Amino acid sequence: MTVATEAAVALRGVSKRYPGGTVALDGVDLAVKPGEFVCLVGASGCGKSTLLNLVAGLDAPTAGSIDVEGGRAAFMFQEPALFPWLKVGQNVEVPLKLRGVGRTERRARAAELLETVRLADVADKRPHELSGGMRQRVALARTLAHDARVLLMDEPFAALDAMTRDALHDELERVWLERNLTVLFVTHNVSEAVRLGDRVILLASRPGRVIEEFEVEAPRPRRLDSPDVAALAGRVTERLKEEVRRHVG
Amino acid sequence: MSAEVRSEKTAPAPQDEVAAELAGLDALETTSERSARGRQLWRSTWPKVLAIVISIAAWQIVVETGWRPRSILAPPTEVFPALWEMLTTGSFWSQVGTTMQRALLGFAVAVAIGLVIGFAVARFAVLRAAFGSLITGLQTMPSIAWFPLAIVLFRGGDSAIFFVIVLGAAPSVANGVLAGVDYVPPLLVRAGRNMGASGLSLYRTVIGPASFPAILAGLKQGWAFSWRSLMAGELIVPIGEAGGLGTLLTLTRDLAEYAQMLGVMIVILVIGILADGVFGWANNALRRRWGLDVDHS
Repeated sequence: MTVATEAAVALRGVSKRYPGGTVALDGVDLAVKPGEFVCLVGASGCGKSTLLNLVAGLDAPTAGSIDVEGGRAAFMFQEPALFPWLKVGQNVEVPLKLRGVGRTERRARAAELLETVRLADVADKRPHELSGGMRQRVALARTLAHDARVLLMDEPFAALDAMTRDALHDELERVWLERNLTVLFVTHNVSEAVRLGDRVILLASRPGRVIEEFEVEAPRPRRLDSPDVAALAGRVTERLKEEVRRHVG
Repeated sequence: MSAEVRSEKTAPAPQDEVAAELAGLDALETTSERSARGRQLWRSTWPKVLAIVISIAAWQIVVETGWRPRSILAPPTEVFPALWEMLTTGSFWSQVGTTMQRALLGFAVAVAIGLVIGFAVARFAVLRAAFGSLITGLQTMPSIAWFPLAIVLFRGGDSAIFFVIVLGAAPSVANGVLAGVDYVPPLLVRAGRNMGASGLSLYRTVIGPASFPAILAGLKQGWAFSWRSLMAGELIVPIGEAGGLGTLLTLTRDLAEYAQMLGVMIVILVIGILADGVFGWANNALRRRWGLDVDHS
């Protein structure tokens, strides 16, 4: 049983050095199982976002190799990144359109996806008419429209208020379970990582590399404030602080 | 393998509760405001009406001071009746038609050329290095300076005017495209690329539409340049029988019909203002649809 055949996302010895000389990632090995929800946490400069960009194919690694199930991964950003010139439904249709899906099928699929994020009745609105949380759900629907097996999420709920974020955790968990997706989720919020992940991976900063992994044993559905989530979050945070202190001086 | 992973973490959260919670949050955060259309129209109109009244009054006062004889500088009380008389005769409208036809055709061709050149230069770094500053340079060239060459090349006539209109307006449009492409939010480009767009499809799906506001600004400037070029052209290029508003301006001056001359000037001004209004309306409609701003007042 090798990593290559088993993993939905496999990084082997991945390094990324920017032209300026900054080493964002240094020899990262990471295997995400199909259907697994993996959260990456780390302080600033740990190369979390760089890592997602590499997996998404938006950037190329300096060394190492990356394999993604199905050859592509759908990316969800911290900002909804919806197109303001399109209506909500049309936004969800974009990935389908780019793959050459016909108009009628596109409509139906977009409606179904908006239904999935419980926004069936806003298809004809403009993105700016929606609240931040609703926009991020539209972005999730659009990400699902890629029909990719792997979802990459770069702090997608960081800009939302606590209550909306809580509700969206439930939503994301449901969608992930229903659709049997593999998720690689970047966040700087340790509690969020423990709330959502099967596994939490801690990255060191400058250069970014994996320093520790935590299996999240707490049964789902979890609450952000439940004792076992809080306990593990405390342990991860402790380790993270240790790592941050290392950079003093 | 994946089925095994799945089985140990079923038991999803109580979904009805989450649904209700989300619906509540959605309702709280989306407000729909509608302003009274009529009042808004009145609020934006009355200052303009007032400005026109003041301008006309100032004009009348200047005439009353006797600074120039009334036979040369006609007062509004003579110009507007003269204008009305022109407007009610058919030949005047055919002059307006001739001018507008030149304007629209020249502008349309300039837009087509400007868009093609703009996107080509934006897309290919080599072209940009070569022609980028040339396009900006061309824009600073006063269009009237092209006329001697145009007249020589085309021996006067419509083609000379057409040539100058296109040269005056196309660089503005191309510059608008360049500005627009430069200011496309990188995040949207990343989203587009992740969705599978690249090369031409990236331009069609993301970069083109995202640069539309700047392109619109370029179109507006291009129109202003082509309208000026056209008026200059009709005044100085010998176009024979075809006519147009500029020709009419020359004609009324030659015939010492100064009230009519001022009337033609007013028509030229009004057409300019109307065209500007069209662009302003388009810009506002765009901003409203994109949610770029709500209110500037």
